[in-house]
Amino acid sequence: MSAIDTLFDQLRNSGRKAFIPFITAGDPDLEFTADVLRELVARGSSICEVGIPYSDPIADGPVIQASYTWALDKKIKLAEILDMVDGLTGELAAPIVTMLSYAIVYRHGLSEYVARAKAAGVAGLIVPDLPVEESGPLADICRREDFSLIQLITPTTPRDRALQIAERTTGFIYYVSVTGITGERKELPQQLVDNVAWLREQTPLPICIGFGISRAEHVRMLRPVADGLIVGSAIVRRVAEAATRPRKDVLTEIGDYVAELISAM
Amino acid sequence: MRVSASLQIPDAAGRFGPFGGRYVPETLIRALDELADEYDKAVADESFQTELDELYRHYVGRPTPLYHARRLSNHCGGAQIYLKREDLNHTGAHKINNTLGQALLTRRMGKPRVIAETGAGQHGVATATACARFGLECVVYMGTEDIRRQKPNVFSMKLLGAEVRPVSTGSRTLRDAINEAMRDWMASVETTHYILGSVVGPHPFPRIVRDFQCVIGRETRRQCLDQLGRLPELIVACVGGGSNAAGMFYPFIEDQGVALLGVEAGGRSNNVGDHAAPLCFGHPGVLHGSYSYVMQDEDGQTCDVHSVSAGLDYPGTGPEHSYWKKTGRVSYTEANDDEILAAFDTLARTEGILAALESAHAVAKAMELAARRKPDQTVVVCLSGRGDKDAQEIALLRGEEFE
Repeated sequence: MSAIDTLFDQLRNSGRKAFIPFITAGDPDLEFTADVLRELVARGSSICEVGIPYSDPIADGPVIQASYTWALDKKIKLAEILDMVDGLTGELAAPIVTMLSYAIVYRHGLSEYVARAKAAGVAGLIVPDLPVEESGPLADICRREDFSLIQLITPTTPRDRALQIAERTTGFIYYVSVTGITGERKELPQQLVDNVAWLREQTPLPICIGFGISRAEHVRMLRPVADGLIVGSAIVRRVAEAATRPRKDVLTEIGDYVAELISAM
Repeated sequence: MRVSASLQIPDAAGRFGPFGGRYVPETLIRALDELADEYDKAVADESFQTELDELYRHYVGRPTPLYHARRLSNHCGGAQIYLKREDLNHTGAHKINNTLGQALLTRRMGKPRVIAETGAGQHGVATATACARFGLECVVYMGTEDIRRQKPNVFSMKLLGAEVRPVSTGSRTLRDAINEAMRDWMASVETTHYILGSVVGPHPFPRIVRDFQCVIGRETRRQCLDQLGRLPELIVACVGGGSNAAGMFYPFIEDQGVALLGVEAGGRSNNVGDHAAPLCFGHPGVLHGSYSYVMQDEDGQTCDVHSVSAGLDYPGTGPEHSYWKKTGRVSYTEANDDEILAAFDTLARTEGILAALESAHAVAKAMELAARRKPDQTVVVCLSGRGDKDAQEIALLRGEEFE
């Protein structure tokens, strides 16, 4: 059992849901990223997703793209990000997973990446550009190392394929709410709830929903069918304000925002 | 005809040896599967090929000539240089071979909207043209740096009814245009076909684009036999993503006596950031949905690249080229900015042909290699496009007025 499995067991036993924030590592710098992670966990986040900046993120909308660009403009390296995480995982009460392009994982070597991330206390990874048919080698390593490989199912995924993905996923299933890129949406598609409800009957894995979620009403709509909700761009947008405003104020606002969403769960 | 292992590739997973594959978000997988299925059906449908052949003949102006460049050959003082005149196609480059094929596929899939990326603007113009011809809505993504240096093509796309969307992220060139087109496709995939312009990207694009471009190599092979009574000793083509080269080389892969040479953009120097030559200086890695040679740093971040020719200004290359490099069937080299500008001039003044700066890379290396060969030997160059679009950029590079 990875730390993710243990966490969802505990949440299910106590009838709670996971709130999973996403932030970009190194935007505006790693020191602030650590501060934000502490704040997110202090306000009740269950798992934190740390985005590893990538030069060509095709699944991301303007907010996350811009945060990746700012971080990379400062020449941030994977090793520094993992060092920051390493210094933090001992004190954080929530597991950390990384989200990163397969370009980065491949370049470092699959085994090497998993070993380094695991040594830093990371519990798993999400690789948004690695579809299930290409995920075999990484999935084998992750299984052996008890490192969660969280895979994605989307509205365009046919049902037989969704079952195949569920079969090869560990940790939790990342259900993508919309056909499109990351970014806040006013409304989420109506059939989303039905699709997730169907999937829930097919797999014992926890299902967490992400993309577009930013409002308390989204949380209330999805709460009945999801084991967790993932919020990215809405938080990254707030983090970006640290470039021009006092960091303490920005931290408090992020904390208040997250607390508001968590209270709707 | 016996088909060799090399000609059967890619496999069902889109692998050319270890290269290729599909490294894209799950959202796009169903559309890629549908495209692969529809393409297989089209290949099996005789009327599809007939319609495409008719378009090539009466709309594009194929077959394009295989022209004996006698004055250029004499200037080099060695082998006979022949030019495959893809610059004489409708829209001025080889790109139309692919966009018409994919427009027919778009119609078969019942999708009303097309998106495309473009670097030099040649693929953008060819896509806008095919969309106009078939009544499809067309949006072309183009980096703002490329919009600056390829203005005539930007205006042509608009005249053809396409919307050109400027991309100002990253290096503001072809790579960023592909990122933005992919993002559009993530949201529009149910109603939109992405006409990718080169032999790059996720499976099945590298196969489909190569197959549509193979008309170049098939014609060249036949013309060599008709005009020379034999095959050439050497064929040279420029390689960015590598579609004109793939289409030229593939029909010759089994002809072991024919040497094949791909020429990448050597740019200003061999230093990272000064060239766009991943097959010469890069490593295998993942970019834009496929595993192939790419210019990346040690963290997997894509490096900035440079070429005076917008169409070659790309950090990656097609997976089949990576496979051909690995198997040794095709050799890859690079030509620098100075060499290609000199080749551009020489071709212009000896033959009266303005080559695209992309194609000038192939001309430069062909001239160099022809000079070392005997006059009874033959070197074929794929002249992939015409250079009118580059006049303004060349004037700028030379510090001359363009008015």
